[in-house]
Amino acid sequence: MKKSTLFDIISPVMAGPSSSHTAGAVRLGLLARNIYKKVPHKVVFKLYNSYAHTGKGHGTDKGLLSGILGLKVDDRRIKDIFNNEISENIDYKFEYYDNFRRHPNSVDIELYGDYNMKISGDSVGAGEILITKINDFNVSLSGNYNTLILVYKDKPGMISSVTSHLQCANINIASLSCDRNAKGQDASMIICIDGNLDADIVQSIEKMDDIYFVTYVEKLG
Amino acid sequence: MWKNWDNDMDINISTFEQLYNVCISTNKQIYEVAQEAMGASEDISVEQVRAFALRSLFAMKEAIDSGLNSKELSLSGMCGDDCFKLQQRYKNESAMFGKLFEKIIEYALATSEENIRMGTIVACPTAGSCGILPAVLVGVSREYNYSENNQISALITAGEIGRIISVKVALAGAVAGCQAECGTASAMAAAAVCQLRGGTVKQILNASALALKNLLGLTCDPVAGLVEVPCVKRNPFLAIHAVTAVELALSGIESKIPFDEVVDSMAQTGALMSPMLKESSQAGLATTKTGLKIKENIFGK
Repeated sequence: MKKSTLFDIISPVMAGPSSSHTAGAVRLGLLARNIYKKVPHKVVFKLYNSYAHTGKGHGTDKGLLSGILGLKVDDRRIKDIFNNEISENIDYKFEYYDNFRRHPNSVDIELYGDYNMKISGDSVGAGEILITKINDFNVSLSGNYNTLILVYKDKPGMISSVTSHLQCANINIASLSCDRNAKGQDASMIICIDGNLDADIVQSIEKMDDIYFVTYVEKLG
Repeated sequence: MWKNWDNDMDINISTFEQLYNVCISTNKQIYEVAQEAMGASEDISVEQVRAFALRSLFAMKEAIDSGLNSKELSLSGMCGDDCFKLQQRYKNESAMFGKLFEKIIEYALATSEENIRMGTIVACPTAGSCGILPAVLVGVSREYNYSENNQISALITAGEIGRIISVKVALAGAVAGCQAECGTASAMAAAAVCQLRGGTVKQILNASALALKNLLGLTCDPVAGLVEVPCVKRNPFLAIHAVTAVELALSGIESKIPFDEVVDSMAQTGALMSPMLKESSQAGLATTKTGLKIKENIFGK
C-alpha cells in the first residue's frame, strides 16, 4: 500500500457513497477514457464479484459511465447520469459476473467506436485503481503518473530507441515495464514519467519503425 | 534525534511519540508541523497546503447544508430521511444537552445521508465515516464562532492524526473493521475540537487516543453490503463520542495506554478479527434475520 499523506486523509471530495465502489469506478472510467482518447459510440461494462453484487446500491454503474463521459469524482451530475443529456448519444450496457480469479472489485470496459478496445481494471481501495489489461496486454496503470503506452514489434534495441527520445526531451522516467505475447511478436511498453510529454515527442516515437501503436495517457487529477 | 529537523522538514514522522517530541522541541502546534511537512514533501508552500484544507472544509460545509435540506432516500431506499426527522423534532423541542448537541448529531446525519444518496462529500478519512469529523468541527465552530483560519488548523491537526494512524493500519473496514474507519474518524474529530478549544499538544493526543481506545474492536458488518446500516446512524454516535474524549482530555485526563500502543492494539485487533466481520457482510448485523431479508428485498435472492 502506498503511504498516505495528509492530503489523502482530508480528501477526496467525491460523490458518495463508497470510495472503492463509486469514486474508484469513476476513476476507472476516466482512465479508460484517457487511454481510448475518444468518446466511444458504445460501451459494454462487465462487472465482476463485489462490483457485480453491490455495485447497483453503490452507484458503481453510474460512476463507470460518468468516468467514460469525462466527469470527475466530485461532479454532481454523477448521481443522475443516466438521465443527463451528456449520456444521450452513447449506447451503454452493464453485465454482471462472478469470477473468483478476478479482483473483488473488477471491471472489463469494452469500447466500440472508430476503433475497438477492451480495458480491464480493479478498484484496489480508497479510490485508488489499477488498469490491468489493455486488449491482450498486461499493464499496471494507476493513473497517478503521466504514462506513455506503446505496442511494437519485439526486437532488440526498441527500449533504448524509445527512451532516447525521452532523454532528448529531458524527461525523467519514473518507472518502465514491458510485456510481450511471444518472442518476435507484439510487445508492449508502459513508461511512467515525471512532468509532461509534448505531442511532437509522441509523434516522433509514432514514426519509428515497427511501432504499431502509441498513446499518451495523462494522469488523473 | 531531532536536531536536524529545521534543515530537513520532510523527515517522515510515523509515530505519535515522534510528533509529540517534534512539537515540543520546536515549540510548534501539531498543525504547524503537519502543514510544513506536507508542503516540503510536495514542494509547495504552507499557504497552498492550507488552501487545500480550505477546499475540503468548504466541501464539508456544502455537504452539511445540502444534507440538512434533503430527505431523498438512498438507491436502496433504506436510509435518507432521519436527519429530517431530527430537525422536525428540534423545531418544537430542544435536545437534552442543548443546541450544540443538536447541531452535531444533525450535521453528522446530514453528511452521512448526503453520502448514501450519492451527494458530494469529503471522504475524511473514508466515505462511510464522512459525517463524524465535519459534524463536530463545523458544529463547534458555528456554535462558538471560530474563525475559518482556526477551522483550517483544526482540520490539518485531524488530518495528521489520521495520517499517523494510517502508517500502521490501513483505514479500510475490509482490513481492520470499522474501528479503522469510524474509529479513526472519531479520533480525528477529537483532535480537531481539542485544537479548536485551545488544548495543548499533549491534550490533543490524549483526546484522540481516548476516542480511539474506546472504539477498539468495532466490526464492519453492513447490511446488504451497502454503506447504510449501521453506517449512517453510527456517524452521529461517534461524533458525540469524540466530544466526550475532548472533555476528558481538556481536564488533564490521560490515556493510560500511550497513543502509539493504542494504534498497535487496533492493528492487532483488526488482524485477529474474523474476515466475516470485515466489510464482507458474512456475519453480524448483515446476517441477522432482518438483515438478510432487507438484502433479499433489495437485490433479490
